[in-house]
Amino acid sequence: MELNNYQKEIFKQQQPNIEKFTIRNWGWTIFYLLWIGVGGYALYLQVAKGHQVTGMRDNVVWGLYIANFIFFIGISYAGAVISGILHILKVEWRKPIIRIAEMITVISTIIGPVFILLCVGRLDRLHHLFLYPRLQSPIVWDVFAIGTYFTGSVIFLYLALIKDFAIYRDAKLNIPKWKHKLYKILAIGYRGTPSQKRHIRVSTNLMAIMIIPLAIIVHSVLSWIFGMTLRPGWHSTIFGPYFVLAAIYSGTGVLIMAMWVYRRMYKLHSLLTDKHFIYLGYIMMVLGAGYGYFTFSEYLTDWFSSEKWSSEVIEKLFNPAKYGWWFLFSNVAGIVLPIAIVAIPQTRKPNLIAIASFFMVIALWVKRYLIIVPTLESPLLPMQDTRIEYVKYSATWVEWALTLAGVATFFLFFTLMSKFVTVIPISEFGDKETAGVKETTTSVNDPAKEKQIVIA
Amino acid sequence: MRKKIKKLLIKKFTTGCKTLLKKKIPESNQNSIMKQEDEINNNSRRGFIKTAAVVTVAAAACGSLNCSCSSKKAPVTEKVKLLSPDGEIVEIDSAYLNHHENMAVLDQHDQRVGIPGKKFIMVVDLARCKSARKCVTACQKHHYRPEGTEWLTVKLMQDSEKSAPYWFPKQCFHCDNPPCVKVCPVDATFKRQDGLVLIDNERCIGCKFCMAACPYSTRVFNWAEPEMPFDVRNLTYNAETGVPAKVGTVEKCDFCPDRSREGLLPPCVEACPNGVFYFGDENEDTVTNGDETLSFTQLIKDRAAYRFMEELGTKPRVYYLPPKDRQFPVERGYDGLPDKLKARFKDAIEEKKKS
Repeated sequence: MELNNYQKEIFKQQQPNIEKFTIRNWGWTIFYLLWIGVGGYALYLQVAKGHQVTGMRDNVVWGLYIANFIFFIGISYAGAVISGILHILKVEWRKPIIRIAEMITVISTIIGPVFILLCVGRLDRLHHLFLYPRLQSPIVWDVFAIGTYFTGSVIFLYLALIKDFAIYRDAKLNIPKWKHKLYKILAIGYRGTPSQKRHIRVSTNLMAIMIIPLAIIVHSVLSWIFGMTLRPGWHSTIFGPYFVLAAIYSGTGVLIMAMWVYRRMYKLHSLLTDKHFIYLGYIMMVLGAGYGYFTFSEYLTDWFSSEKWSSEVIEKLFNPAKYGWWFLFSNVAGIVLPIAIVAIPQTRKPNLIAIASFFMVIALWVKRYLIIVPTLESPLLPMQDTRIEYVKYSATWVEWALTLAGVATFFLFFTLMSKFVTVIPISEFGDKETAGVKETTTSVNDPAKEKQIVIA
Repeated sequence: MRKKIKKLLIKKFTTGCKTLLKKKIPESNQNSIMKQEDEINNNSRRGFIKTAAVVTVAAAACGSLNCSCSSKKAPVTEKVKLLSPDGEIVEIDSAYLNHHENMAVLDQHDQRVGIPGKKFIMVVDLARCKSARKCVTACQKHHYRPEGTEWLTVKLMQDSEKSAPYWFPKQCFHCDNPPCVKVCPVDATFKRQDGLVLIDNERCIGCKFCMAACPYSTRVFNWAEPEMPFDVRNLTYNAETGVPAKVGTVEKCDFCPDRSREGLLPPCVEACPNGVFYFGDENEDTVTNGDETLSFTQLIKDRAAYRFMEELGTKPRVYYLPPKDRQFPVERGYDGLPDKLKARFKDAIEEKKKS
């Protein structure tokens, strides 16, 4: 593969990242593995002793695990929707960030479904899903939707990687033989001929178009698991779009955080510029406003009509002695803060945007928890149970350990993947960009266009 | 007289109660049922059950029986009086009755299809319940359920602030539009032809979606390895009994079709000292609480029966008779209760005291 000067420059800078596994990398990897090990022990306990080791009981049948499931599938939208839409719209400044976005997608789509498996009482019978599938069940829809979505995201990521694999293969890298061999296999003989280029371009475009509806289906189906039931707080018609929007929103947040971390870790200030943070900040702001609108609409209708069961859930969310503070946090940090940080020019700085995203992502996790637990704690019939664990859900250390193990797995996969491929897609930078990213980024410095992107 | 015979026969067909047959049959009917009496006396208990089940099945199939007669061999002189689905007494030659084999061993298909010709229904008389909880213990004993896992619960309900509280026994409603069945991803919970919603715990993957979907909090989960006697653990699993229970799966009230196959009433119905539960067959239009047998349509008409939370559209198969003219003051329900159970209704009691 012939590289132009600009690509050479970037590659030279990126090269050490895939050549060496530094002591710091080892440190983090071992740390994550220890974390996962604790989670593994928790999982062993859960399988051996049954689900009694969790905080879930007959009333609150789902807890942290399902919240994590929604959360991880949500952040997977970073790659699917953000990079898909930016690709279709041919936004030039997307190039340095799409790899990170697509990695988030693939990794979180692996981790998300693991959490729903943790919720399943009989893991030994999972094959029943394929032996006796019932198409009426939203869970079966979910299995198919997530399966397709995952395949789609892997293909999308891989298509963008083929050219880079060819670059790694042809460059004289100081790497072990197996790694070189792997690059060779994964590059599937890409030489940069016009026909090969065209094929990759066409397939990437197709995948970018396909991944967007797929992603929307995945989260809609996910929301229908709740929306299809007759439970207060769940049985809502806006749940589909609400979940989809919340997912894109949290995906943007995680993307900003990942960019911030990589920029610091790999000194990518020349590629991941302030502009990237500000543009993604704009997207986040608009999504945040949409999410806020949905939230307001959802709770206003429930509160205003004050139907008995809905009121009970609303009361739990508004009462400071119950979930009031958490609800307030999820709305302030999840809606007000990100919008304010981006809207005020003085605070529109990469660091602050990254901090706002961090709180927003946490707030959205809390929000998922608040969707699941208060509703399950408000059954239509009075509980009248003396066993406190049956009345009120509180997650046990097993559930927290597995949650943290999931987060650790996310980081671990990220570390390993960024040691295998460069987080900046080198092949994406054509001759035109030799003048530098700054020029290309300024070419789309039009807020009106930004909005169009989001709305599209 | 005719009315009396009808009532007795209904009783016999629906309950298959042995004592009933022996004690209460009027002189004039003795001849017609003599043959069965002999059988009962001669055979073991199992034999009796067989006969009872046969008669029940025959009663339901009576309408079609007449036309299928022609292919049978020449009638023998013995006649049996049966109740037709239209409520008519018909006399049928005993040769036309099919003698079924013991139905205890069912294959998976039978467990999923249900008892032919049946449409099980329950009516709960809220005016009679005083929370004696005999139904709960009988149910738990029959299904080998440990304390704390209640398929049948008795709740203290108060519909609005100023209305009177009442005891509300609640089992599975076996809805005709069951939200739980709709969401099951592996067809582990299913609706049968006889109206029952059952669970196959050898197929259930334990996703608990049905528990989230059931608006009545009917279903329970085996959070740990369920405790049960050793010989029960070794039984072949049967979806009609839910025994033996399995860890990591969902279970619930099953209306005891195993008892119906033997011509017996569910244990909760039998155990209730106040005759709260009426169990029966919608096709036969009869329900019985063991003491009296009534016409289902008449009963729900006369007593203005309602289905719990009709507005959810689940179409339950359990009807409630409103707690009008209650036979016991609600406080009587606390009388015999151990403290542990009393604590359960603490909030409700305290609220009442305040008002």
